[in-house]
Amino acid sequence: MAKVKLMDIAIARSGDKGDGSNVGVKAKTPAIYEFLKANLTTEVVKEHFKEICFGEVTRYELDNLNVLNFILEDSLGGGGTETLIMDAQGKVHSLAMLYLEMDVPDELLA
Amino acid sequence: MSDDKTVLIANGQGFWGDSLLGPKRLVEEGPLDYLTLDYLAEVTMSIMQKQKLRNPEAGYATDFVSMLKEILPTCKEKGIKVIANAGGVNPKGCLKAIKEVVKELGLTGIKIGIVEGDDILDQLPELIASGEEFKNLDTGAPIQDVLDKISSANVYIGAKPIADALDQGADIVVTGRATDPSVVVAPLIHEFGWSMEDYDKLAAGTVMGHILECGAQCTGGNYNGWRDVPNFARIGYPIVEAKADGTFTVTKHEGTGGLVTVDTVVSQIMYELGDPKNYLGPDCKSDFTTIQMEQDGKDRVKVWGIKGSEPTPTYKVSMAFENGYKIVGQLTYTAPDAVEKAELAAEILFERVGMYGKEIPKEDRFVELFGTNVCYKGIYKQEQEPGEVMLRVGAKSDDKNLLNILGRELAPLITSGPVGVTGFAAGRPRPTEIVGYWPALMDKTKVHTTVTVEEV
Repeated sequence: MAKVKLMDIAIARSGDKGDGSNVGVKAKTPAIYEFLKANLTTEVVKEHFKEICFGEVTRYELDNLNVLNFILEDSLGGGGTETLIMDAQGKVHSLAMLYLEMDVPDELLA
Repeated sequence: MSDDKTVLIANGQGFWGDSLLGPKRLVEEGPLDYLTLDYLAEVTMSIMQKQKLRNPEAGYATDFVSMLKEILPTCKEKGIKVIANAGGVNPKGCLKAIKEVVKELGLTGIKIGIVEGDDILDQLPELIASGEEFKNLDTGAPIQDVLDKISSANVYIGAKPIADALDQGADIVVTGRATDPSVVVAPLIHEFGWSMEDYDKLAAGTVMGHILECGAQCTGGNYNGWRDVPNFARIGYPIVEAKADGTFTVTKHEGTGGLVTVDTVVSQIMYELGDPKNYLGPDCKSDFTTIQMEQDGKDRVKVWGIKGSEPTPTYKVSMAFENGYKIVGQLTYTAPDAVEKAELAAEILFERVGMYGKEIPKEDRFVELFGTNVCYKGIYKQEQEPGEVMLRVGAKSDDKNLLNILGRELAPLITSGPVGVTGFAAGRPRPTEIVGYWPALMDKTKVHTTVTVEEV
């Protein structure tokens, strides 16, 4: 096991969905995708974003693309057109996600 | 029609304000059949509505017309057709302006089509009387809460009327609020004769549109592997090579910068995605969990296998309403104790505003110390106190005057607040209107689109 940041094993992109944001995470390999499917749960993501996301976290799976898509509700301070915060559209929530640290089995990192 | 016919569609404008180099280079630097351009975001329609109230000739994307002036001779020469949702709230005004440009360029035989019917602002009372509820799609709130403050109301229309305009020979098609993917689906319906009941194909077209809609965001822009992106300055905008069976290849012109890989394309697929099994559009429902993809040579990604199903009986409506005012100003505070001093400055500011006789309530105040992890909050670990922070301070209110006082009292902090302050070059901030966004649904049968094609 090695502690790694999600950015070492995945890529991501985010955008706004009303007053929430979406964060898509693509695993670098199918094996890592299976690992993320088991370990990158809504609870883990909710805890990671606890100071950004104040609503529910939903997860969708795209097995065909090795992608997990997360919706972070109530994470933009009122929505793209109304909020005063700098990251009004959650554009960097993707990178914030990639700072998440996980214990990853060594064989997946080879 | 032969099975190996390929239609080349590119998107040169991901939003109103995207680089003008995109469309210009797309038509000049390689082969192309269709150029699509996306101009409309939620706020845009409301801004255009205001422009039209002041001047009945205005209310469309004027950039589009000036850009057209530059590319039209090349488009005519190469037979490239242009489809844009640049009509805003005044497609007729846009048509008039385009006709003038065509004449000015001395071109003839250019057919311009416009699609209208998405703008339902004037029909709202009768639509509500006929039973349309227009409940807020996100919050469930009733339309009556904001009815007297609505400034624009537009239906996201689909590909069919745009395809009809192409069928009538249009070289340029301008719409109001069409969905971003529909401007890509339309030429496919026109070229391949796809039926509006062939949902798998319409879904394939929708996925093409979703991949193209943000311009260079699928060719290396805003991509995690940014170090691998060659020649950013000359980044190629995306092109799909579409086949009649709905399979397609994502690519870009040869010799341009950027890159097209499975990762850059999937990155764009993930953008603003909700439930991937039910990507709703006016033309069909698309299932993003059926997309198959593989690298097919350098800067070529092949895509196939997409499944779709019947669309919902409703259209999405996007309304804007006036929701008070906001103001944000900024000052920079430097070390030592930059954070503490900036926080103190914000407190002083709000107290001074109160000394004019009216407090700004705590919940309407806004303070953001930029440079202290305000984008990542606690997620990124910052060990040292920053050398400087930018104080972004402001408020929301229905009282524009109160916000004006706040704007006036910001600069005085430089001489009557904590030391280590700079950065007021932007001048005094002014209150701006907050445009509220009200998404809703309505019965499709009550929307009537019209197509007009005129030749110059």
